[in-house]
Parts: sequence; C-alpha cells; structure tokens
Amino acid sequence: MSENKNLIEGATGSWEIVMGLEIHAQVASNAKLFSGAPTEFGAEQNSQVSLVDAALPGMLPVINEECVQQAVRTGLGLGAEIHLRSVFDRKNYFYPDLPQGYQISQFKDPIVGEGEIEIDLKDGSVKRVGIERLHLEQDAGKSVHDQHPSMSFVDLNRSGVALMEIVSKPDMRCAEEAQAYVKKIRSILRYLGTCDGNMEEGSLRADVNVSVRRPGEDLGTRCEIKNVNSIRFIGQAIEYEARRQIDVLEDGGSIDQETRLFDPRAGETRSMRSKEEAHDYRYFPDPDLLPLVIKQELVDKLRDELPELPDEKKARFVREYGLSPYDAGVLVSEKASCDFFEAVADGRDPKLAANWVTGEFFGALNKAGLQIESSPVSAKQLGDLIELISDDTISGRIAKEVFEIMFETGDDPAKIVEEKGLRQVTDLGAIEAAIDEIIAANPDKVEQAKEKPKMVGWFVGQVMKSTGGKANPKSVNELLAEKLGL
Amino acid sequence: MTELTKLTLAEARTKLAAKEITSVELTEAHLAAAKASDKLNAYVTLTPEVALEMAAASDARIAKGEAGPLEGLPLGVKDLFCTNGVRTTACSNILDDFTPTYESTVTANLWADGAVMLGKLNNDEFAMGSSNETSRFGPCVNPWKASDSDANLVPGGSSGGSSAAVAAHLALGATATDTGGSIRQPASFTGTVGMKPTYGRCSRWGTVAFASSLDQAGPITRSVRDAAIMLKSMAGHDEKDTTSVDIDVPDYEAAFTGDIRGLKIGIPKEYRVEGMSDEIEKLWTQGIAWLKSAGAEIVDVSLPHTKYALPAYYIVAPAEASSNLARYDGVRYGLRVHGDDITDMYEKTRAEGFGDEVRRRVLIGTYVLSAGYYDAYYIKAQKIRTLIAQDFKQAYEKVDLLLTPTAPSPAFAIGEKVNDPLSMYLNDVFTVPVNLAGLPGISLPAGLSSNGLPLGLQLIGRTFDEETLLRAAGVLEEAAGFSAEPSIWWTEA
Amino acid sequence: MSVDENTVRRIAKLARIAVTEEELAPLSKDLSTILDWVEQLGEVDTDHVPPMTSVVEMEIKMREDIVRHDNLQKQVTQNAPQSEDGFFTVPKVIE
Ligand SMILES: [Mg+2]
Ligand SMILES: [Zn+2]
Repeated sequence: MSENKNLIEGATGSWEIVMGLEIHAQVASNAKLFSGAPTEFGAEQNSQVSLVDAALPGMLPVINEECVQQAVRTGLGLGAEIHLRSVFDRKNYFYPDLPQGYQISQFKDPIVGEGEIEIDLKDGSVKRVGIERLHLEQDAGKSVHDQHPSMSFVDLNRSGVALMEIVSKPDMRCAEEAQAYVKKIRSILRYLGTCDGNMEEGSLRADVNVSVRRPGEDLGTRCEIKNVNSIRFIGQAIEYEARRQIDVLEDGGSIDQETRLFDPRAGETRSMRSKEEAHDYRYFPDPDLLPLVIKQELVDKLRDELPELPDEKKARFVREYGLSPYDAGVLVSEKASCDFFEAVADGRDPKLAANWVTGEFFGALNKAGLQIESSPVSAKQLGDLIELISDDTISGRIAKEVFEIMFETGDDPAKIVEEKGLRQVTDLGAIEAAIDEIIAANPDKVEQAKEKPKMVGWFVGQVMKSTGGKANPKSVNELLAEKLGL
Repeated sequence: MTELTKLTLAEARTKLAAKEITSVELTEAHLAAAKASDKLNAYVTLTPEVALEMAAASDARIAKGEAGPLEGLPLGVKDLFCTNGVRTTACSNILDDFTPTYESTVTANLWADGAVMLGKLNNDEFAMGSSNETSRFGPCVNPWKASDSDANLVPGGSSGGSSAAVAAHLALGATATDTGGSIRQPASFTGTVGMKPTYGRCSRWGTVAFASSLDQAGPITRSVRDAAIMLKSMAGHDEKDTTSVDIDVPDYEAAFTGDIRGLKIGIPKEYRVEGMSDEIEKLWTQGIAWLKSAGAEIVDVSLPHTKYALPAYYIVAPAEASSNLARYDGVRYGLRVHGDDITDMYEKTRAEGFGDEVRRRVLIGTYVLSAGYYDAYYIKAQKIRTLIAQDFKQAYEKVDLLLTPTAPSPAFAIGEKVNDPLSMYLNDVFTVPVNLAGLPGISLPAGLSSNGLPLGLQLIGRTFDEETLLRAAGVLEEAAGFSAEPSIWWTEA
Repeated sequence: MSVDENTVRRIAKLARIAVTEEELAPLSKDLSTILDWVEQLGEVDTDHVPPMTSVVEMEIKMREDIVRHDNLQKQVTQNAPQSEDGFFTVPKVIE
C-alpha cells in the first residue's frame, strides 16, 4: 500500500481519513423508472405524478427500458462488470415522501458490479478508485417543512424518478480525492449522457462515508453525511467531520455509527435526530417485478455505441494534437469545455486552439464568473479568431485585443478587425518605409545595435508603435536584420 | 327468485341475443333480488344507477347488432377491484370512502365486452380470511343452511360476497380473487363454480394487492361454462402488469367437447390428510369414479411436499402483504387518525384502520422479513415453494390433471373459528399449493354433506392449460348433476 | 413463546401499528402459535434448493421511454384526508 501523504496531525499523533462515496445520479430519461410520468425539474407540485407514483391501490410498476440501458452505459463507462441478471428489491420504511411505504431498489443483485476509475490530482498524480457497484432505484418525493407552522407539505413530482446509486470502495484519503472523484464521475456521466450532473437541481447528490484511523490500523467507525450537493460542500463537510471525529477520539470518546447532515451555513455536520431509530429495511425481491434479464448482445451494442470518454480523449489530445497532458486534462475534465475546444479546434491548429481555450478564454470566463454555456463568445467565433491569426490577418497580440472586444460585445472577430482597422500590415513596402524612417531618425541607436544585437528589440518596438501594432512581426524582424546588417 | 334470475349466464346470453329479454329487465330483476338480500350482507355497495345505465346502453348495442360477448349480463364485483367513481374499500376501514378515478383491468375488460355492474361485493378485509368474517362491513352470510341447524353459516372467504351472491342468484356471476383458495373454497361452501386461472392469466392492475406473487383474479359462477365465458373476458395480457402473460386467450367455450377419454387424472396421495372426514373421502372417491366412467385414466401420484405448503404460504403471503399494505398510511387517501407527530399519526391510523386478522398478518410478515429472520423464514419458504412447484411438475409428466377435494369440510358456522387463526388457516390446505405453484384450479359442486350442505371437488391443471381443466370440469359437472339450491330464507321479513 | 412481548412491540413499531399494553400478551400468543407451527419447515432439507423468484416462467417486459401523462394533480390529491394548494399535508416532520 502506498504511503498516505495526507495524514492529519492531532494532539496525540497523526490520523488517516478513510472515505467511500455513494453518489445518487438521476438517470437522464424522459419518463420515470416505473411510470410514464415526466421527469423535468421545477414543475408545479404534484403535477408530474402518475397513479403509480402516488401508490394508489392496485398500481403496478413497469420498468423503463431506457433507464436500464442508461445504467448499462454508465457501468461500461466505469469499466465495470455488467450483470445480465439483476433483481429489484423493496426497501421498506415509512416516510411521507415515500408513497409505497417502500423504495424499489436493487440490494443483493445490482445491475452493475465492480469497476474502477482514475482521478487526476492537483500534484499531477493519478489515483485509481474502485467502484463497488451501481444499482437502479426510485427517487422519493420532497417534503417541504417551512410553509406552515405545524404541517409538512408533500410533493411527489420526484417520486419514482430513476436514480443510479454508484457506490465507491473506501479508497479515498483526503477531501481533494473525494472532490476529484465526484468531479470525475460527473464528467463520465455527462460524456455518456446518462445524467446531466446538475448538483443544484439535485440530479447528482453525494453521501460521504467518513471514518478516521491511526495509519495502518483497521477501519474506524464511519458516519454517513447525507446528500451533500456541491463539490465545495463535500470538501468542507469532510474537513469538518474528520476533525470532529479526531477530537472525539482524542478526548477518549468513541464514534457512533450514524447519519449526519451537512449544514452549509454553519459549515458543520450534525446528527439527523429523526433517523436515529434503528433501521430494519426488510429487503425482499419485489414480487411485482420479474428478475431483470438483459442480453449480452444488448451490452455489446451499447459498448460499441459508447462515446469517447474523458480518459481516452485526454490520451488522444496528447497523442494527436501534441497537447501537454496538463492542458489535455484541463480540457477534458468538463464535457462542456471539451466540446467547446473540439469545436474551436475543428479544422484549425489544435495547439493554438488549446492555448486560446485554456488561456484567454477560460481566464475571461473566470474573471466574469461565467459558465461556458453562457459565454458571450461562441466556439465558432473563437475559431474564426484563431483562423485570423493563422492566416496572418492579425498578430497574436492584436488577437488578444480583438478577443477582449469580442468578450464585451459578442461581435464577430472579422467585423472588429475591419471596423477598428486592425488588419496586419503585410505590405513590405510600408514596413520598409517605417523602418527607414526610424533608422534615419536614430543613428546612435543604429551604432549601438551593431555592438549589441539585442538592441534590435528596441527597433521592433518602434516599428510596431508607428504601425499601430499592425505590422507583421516576422517581416519586421527580417527587414530589420537586413537593414541593420545583423 | 324470478325466472330471470334463475338463468345461467349462458342462458341469459342466448335470450338477450334472441331479443327474448332485455338487459334492463335482467338487470332490474337482479337489482331487486340484491335489494331484498340484506340478511346475506353480500353487497357492500349496490350501484343501481350505474347498472341501469349500462343495461340500457347494452340494449341499444344489441338493437344495433353491436353486442359484445358479455353484452347486457349483470355481474357483481368483489370490493377488491377498483371501480372508477365507485367506492372501493377492500372491506377495510383504512380505505375509508376511497373512490378510485380508474378502473381495474379485469373489470374494464368485462365492461368493454358489454357486461353490466350491479355493485361491489363483500370479502374478507384485504382478502385475508377464509370465512368473510374479517370484513369491516360485517360477515357475509351463506345462503345455505344445514338441515340440522338454523345457524348462519359462512360463505367461505375471502370471496364470500361473490360466492353468496352467485349462489343466491343476486348476480349471474361475480369477479373474485384467489390468493390461497379465496375463489375455490367459497365456491365449495356455496355450491357454485369457482375458477382460479394460471398466475399471470388475468392482470392484477387496479386490484387491491394482498400477496402479489399469489393473487389471481377469476370468476365465480353457477356453471363451468359460465366460468369459461367470464374468464375469456377477464383474461388477457396487460402492459400495465408485467407479470401478466403475453399469450393469446383461447376460446374456452370451444374446450367443452365432453370427451375426456384417455385423459390421465392424477390422485395425489398426500391429499388424503389425517382426519379427513368420511363424507369428503366419499365425495372424492365418487369423483374418481365419475371421471373413470367417462373414459379418463386414473393414476396415483405423489406430491411429497404438500404438508409444507400451508406453513410456507403463511410466511410468503404475510411477508408480501406487510409490504403491500405499507401504502395505507393516511397520507394520500383513506383513513387518517390525527397524531402528535407523523409517526404517531401512522401508528394510530393503521391501528384503527386494520382489523385483527390484517394486523396479525402484517405483524407476522414484518417479523419474517426482519433482520436475522429473513433467511430462516422468507427464503426458506420460497425454497419450499420451489419444491412444491417441482412436485407438480413431476406429477404432470405422468398426468394431465389432478383431482382433489376443494376444502376439508362444508361451510361452518359464523363465529366458530374466528378466534382460532390456525384452524381457520387449515381450511386452505387443498387450495394453497396451487397458488404457490401458480397453477390453474377449479372447484365445482359435486354433492351434499350429510346435513345438506354443498361440497366441492377441485381439478388442478397445467400452467396455462385452462382448456383441459375446463373440459374435464364440464364432464365432471355433467356427471355430478348437482342441482340443489338453497331455500330462500333471507327475503323473509 | 417464540415471539415475546418485546418482539411484538418492536415489530409493531416497524409496521407502524399502535399496539396497547393489553394487546401485547394476546398478540404474542397468537403470533407464537402461528410461528411455532411454521417451524415444521425446518424438517425439509433445502440446502441445494433455489428460492422461487417467479411463479411462472416469463421474461420481464419493458416500457419505452415515452412520457404518457396528464397533469393528475387533482386526481391524485382528491382522495387525500388533508391537502393544501396541491400538496399533501402531514404533521410536521423534523429532520
Ligand atoms: Mg445509500
Ligand atoms: Zn440509494
């Protein structure tokens, strides 16, 4: 086992955090897992509830084929074993947003078994994290507790929406790894198109199992932090929870296995009182559903149809485009940025495109606090700008100015170049005239340049100044070398 | 009893088609009989307006030559089937005045074929019982009385309202459901024909669930042919129930060739249970003789795990029920008893909403699924089920059908067994194995007990071979020539 | 007594059915009688027997991913013992 560089110093020595994550990812589908009701977010309360979702007497589940295929795609994307036979079980418990009194889930025989993914860490290293399983299950409805002093309001719109629960092995050792894991899973799901990964809308939620131990010792008792809904909160929740457990243990206490909630306002985790009562879910196979049997041919077909996933894309960008592994990694980490890059690079210099996307473009987005989806500059416009550089219409330096204007106005680069007269001067006669003028006006500098060839830089600067930065830098350099006799 | 309520379903169908009678007349006659039957407590909701409206529509269709296979035939519906706009309670307080906005597939199929709904029939609460005494509406009473006593008898259960209504001519036929014998045992107790088709033959969609892997709808009628006619309409694949089978429903009436020569009938020796009464034994022997003289070959077979069927059933059925009944929580429909908090509300609602037998079974089911007991009870019972199904499979390598008694006794008195759950459960000893293996079975009246009560014989068929089952049942019915009727005491003031 | 009163209390809690103190003893007796009777299943050797999963042999049928739906807000809430503004309402749940 490799040395853990992420030990936490406590008052009585160092501690290691051990984490496993359960991610609930909403399956991208039109209809729910077992009914024909729609899955869209944000609809009016109880307007997307079928008789099945409300568990009226005599209602029966009928499984949505697409949800099954999405689970298989995801399993393949996680490099995991696909189980051709799986079983839906009932998880029995009472809760107002659980209309059937049980959740249909997969307990003993999930549709997807063990797999493994790679996560990229900030120090440039790559770590493997094991996947324990993936299973399909129903989401519950939503209870609203703040509308009335003594009542909770129940909305079943989400009731029955298909979820994939992706369970990792307890392979993570610090908050950064857990965050990188969630980002990587989200990225894979988005590439596959099996989940939109939208954490604000709850399409992707993480339950974090945290325990601490002395390095080399057996696993400690874990606490499960439920439904953490942003990458940043995952980090905060873990830092807080690990520190809390260490403090308890160092004070001679012991950890109770329990479910906790992360309170983002207070930045702390707290015990969920209502869930304290011991659970006995009485799982048993759902007698309304036959075992889920899928054919190997279907799995093979879905495998053949899989899109290129982030790891493969990264390797290809390095290999084919000559990008650095770092740049390639940054580009592929989000499907949206990768799609953007590929649109920019299409038919253009990929290296230049990568530099622009990861440099100016991401920088401007960051500064403006914008997501790629709401960028004022489209991939086509950025591509056009890169073409203007490649065909010597403008220099790289001018391009940066043009880009700034594009970002502000949303205008096309060609229009900006035209209107502002930024077209690069490639007319050798004009550049020569400018050079002659400067040489004539500065005989002393000409002398100095003959001694110190680095002085040529001063002349380049003067030429650029007198041409408003529009002179082609290559031509300027060549002509200057000739005229100065260097 | 009027001339019109005397008719069998098949006879009424012929007279309607020949325009000798109208559906409105037929329906009015049955409504009148039903209204005069309060003492039987068979109907829990009578729907005369709906019935007469449907009957008038049927008459219009008959006039236009657009009659369906069940056109104009008035039927009763067990209160376990959800009926659009008509209160459906499963005879449980917990459903309160629940009124579905949807129609069960089985009843929708009947109405689509032209049948007329008279109303909803009594049953044991959530179909849990063998005597119809656990109903929130009180016990349904058997139209039959013993020759030596005036005591009110049970009509069997859970489909007691269906069997009583059909026996008392309050409907031409009735829908029923059978989880462990709930169609066949009440048929046996009331001198009617009760048919449980193969699991998967009828859709369960819209029928209040008791035990999903065992529940199956079927008809109770006054003749085997009537059962065939009703089943043909009730059955069929339903994409809303993925446990309903996607195979064609044959024309069951075509099965009545009257010829069972060469058919092999198995007699399972394990059904000769300890303490079997002489009259049941005699009836069974008589049944064997009838089939033999009709040309069938009688073969002794063994179903070695028979004695374990009942205990296995009393694990599987309550386990599934405990989960199926979790939806009755006072949140979305049905009864709500106010509580201090949500848990208190659940606990009070379910305590008040469920009767003793339902509560008992929900608790047993919860227990056998709970941590530490699941393997010992639930998994064990499901393994026994595999063995029981294998027993039947092996028997069907040698025979085409099995013949057994339907129930170990004739109808008993109301109150006689209600405080002894175990002796009540033993009523289903001959019917439960059939449900555990998903097979089709039929009970038909074959004779009278020494004190004048009907007794039924059961035929059990191969999976989805209802045709052979009906063919033999038709022959047995003919041979038995059962024509006794209960004397009509319930209309007296 | 295979199901003692504490066990009755525990499973009644799991099943969310209020049981009074007076009901515990008779329930314990009833449930024990039934469960003692099912104990006879122990006589059968089932070590190599698979538990039954579906009673008749058939393949699971699936549904296409098509939305078939009308807004049933009124229908699904019309039988509710209590509702407000299209929500079901229940005594406040504290998390
Ligand atoms: Mg979980
Ligand atoms: Zn889950």
